[in-house]
Amino acid sequence: MKVKSTVAILECLLEQGVDTIFGYPGGTILNIYDELYDYQDRLHHILTAHEQGAAHAADGYARATGKVGVCFATSGPGATNLTTGIATAYYDSSPVVFITCNVTENLLGKDAFQEVDITGIAMPITKATYLVRDPETIPDILREAFAVAATGRPGPVLIDFLKNVTAPDVLIDYEPMERKEHIKHGRLQALTHRIGWDIKTPEPNHEDIRKLAEMLQNSEKPLLICGGGVVRGRAHEQFRTLAEKIDAPVAITVMGGGGFPGGHELATGMIGMHGSQASNMACDNCDLLIAVGCRFSDRVALDPETFASNAKIVHIDIDRAEIGKNVRTDHHIIGDAKRVLELLCEMVEPMEHTRWKNFIFSYPKRVAYEDKPDQLTPQQVLETIRQIVPGDSIVATDVGQHQMWTIQHFNFDYPGQLLTSGGFGTMGFGLGAALGAKVGCPDKTVLHITGDGCFRMNGQEMATESHYDIPVITFVFDNRTLGMVRQWQNLIYHKRFSQTDLGFAPDFVKLAEAYGLKGKRVTNVQELEDAIHEALEWGHGYVVDCMIDTDEMVRPMVGGGQPITNFMLI
Amino acid sequence: MKQTISVLVENQAGVLNRITNLFSRRAFNIESLAVGVTDDPSISRITIIVDSGNSVVEQVEKQLNKLVDVIKVRTLEDDKMIARELLIVKVSCTVKTRTDIMNLCQIMGAKIADVSPNTMTLELSDTGDRLELFLSLLRPFSILEVARTGLIAVQKGSGKM
Repeated sequence: MKVKSTVAILECLLEQGVDTIFGYPGGTILNIYDELYDYQDRLHHILTAHEQGAAHAADGYARATGKVGVCFATSGPGATNLTTGIATAYYDSSPVVFITCNVTENLLGKDAFQEVDITGIAMPITKATYLVRDPETIPDILREAFAVAATGRPGPVLIDFLKNVTAPDVLIDYEPMERKEHIKHGRLQALTHRIGWDIKTPEPNHEDIRKLAEMLQNSEKPLLICGGGVVRGRAHEQFRTLAEKIDAPVAITVMGGGGFPGGHELATGMIGMHGSQASNMACDNCDLLIAVGCRFSDRVALDPETFASNAKIVHIDIDRAEIGKNVRTDHHIIGDAKRVLELLCEMVEPMEHTRWKNFIFSYPKRVAYEDKPDQLTPQQVLETIRQIVPGDSIVATDVGQHQMWTIQHFNFDYPGQLLTSGGFGTMGFGLGAALGAKVGCPDKTVLHITGDGCFRMNGQEMATESHYDIPVITFVFDNRTLGMVRQWQNLIYHKRFSQTDLGFAPDFVKLAEAYGLKGKRVTNVQELEDAIHEALEWGHGYVVDCMIDTDEMVRPMVGGGQPITNFMLI
Repeated sequence: MKQTISVLVENQAGVLNRITNLFSRRAFNIESLAVGVTDDPSISRITIIVDSGNSVVEQVEKQLNKLVDVIKVRTLEDDKMIARELLIVKVSCTVKTRTDIMNLCQIMGAKIADVSPNTMTLELSDTGDRLELFLSLLRPFSILEVARTGLIAVQKGSGKM
């Protein structure tokens, strides 16, 4: 049937089960927004304060729900404002479809008003980009884009429509099609025939898994690493079953938070630069290291040469290109984490590694921070939050010290419970992500834990929080400095505190109030407890400004590029 | 070590950009690159030479495979491929030297593409080493201009990508 091209675009979103869009309109995308006016009952659009906030919100929505996030923006600055958000999603393998519009065909390449080559700009930070010049290709491209974003190793894609493609008089052939039929048609069908494309995730090689089962049988000191792939693949149950069956300690990466219960007796805590002593010692001493959905980034495998040097390294990943990219591996299995772990679990006998565990857990899996008489400590803040809020609360963080403290201190029990920018390290990610998560999971309490530096990046999304009444509780670790940078200056740069003083920050309580939220500044545990109770009872956006010491540090710490047990702080 | 990677891609605007973008983003250095359409007008073949270790080439291959526009990637082994470059070279000549240059062309299998009273333009399609040899032989006659394509290659024998 013939429909308007903009109808086809929105119908294709509905085909995918999309119900929420985060975005910001502008000149070139007006046609789509005009059509959206008639779709308000089916497509809930959230207008953010800034395109970057929309990008992070769509990303947070995707991470929390496991569905594909959708984000709209206009051409030029609208599109470039998305880029940090796109890169953030790309580095953490989060499936988001970004839709932008561009100038009309006759103006393309003429440096027209708000024209930018966003498909070119986004190329290195997306799985794929599409420039739509022919309206007839709309259904095909949208169906492909969603499949590419969601399958294999998930990630963002970007579709840029020329404005004339979306003009009201453009009619195209559109036949509604159920999602499961998409793969049998068009370019998507062609993609399934290619070697490199895992639109249909292939069955893992059983021989490869059997070999790993044998390696496990011969191992006395196995260590599992739970990476982001366990979270994205929602393989947490299979991972846990395996870990318990083979009785192996589990180190958790930043992105792996939620893939394995942080409070489990086998969990050794975070691994890497700010990893626990238990995790890092286990890595150095194990004889078999099995990394699941982990890319051995420089924050985990700080020094690839000495990383797990006493171990055979086995890498389980859905992305073939990750194998052997950063560290040498002795064996690898390509496949979906859920399926691989399920099969592996069937092939191994129950094991017991008491001696090995005793050795590992003789090292602390958590840092003990000292209480200070006249000041809140990060540990007190987190412990107080943990005791009061529901245990299944979703936590979105920004980047820096507060991020590390949060991940070290909280136990994350299910995929999507921790939302953090691990790969790209985007300051300003947290609030948008928290809003997206709350929209996607309205029944969950959502916390946004941030620092005073990060909160000033994209803090304007408090306007969105207030307008749509998306109740998120923000905790600001307010140390009046760029804490993590200052920590490096303290430890490595001879206390030369170059440009890290943030003593001139605004009054966050007043700022929250200006946006229509409530806020409270707290300086001790009692005040903090009161504030949390008030925030939970109030049920709307709330900001708790937690005053902590400027020179508080994240411990333990291993210097960049150093062997993983060379702790400069413990 | 120089290695030849042959890539079949969809013949669409922006695909070459995507490939070269990947190389720059991953800090892989391209030694030479040649693009041309295949017998199927919807498919182009890109032949890329990289001068890197095996692990880099393996990574290049894997990363290329992740691009939606890439249909197939294959690393060609030196002794199992037919590989050619095209050279066009303009040399200055006189009535006296013209015969010498023609002799060189005959020995090397080069063609004379154009002649003027004081120049000759020669073309030779051969392996990179042979082109180098031809150029070194021409150098005494004063080379005015050189244009070379990147290398193109296919597998030897009946096998195809």
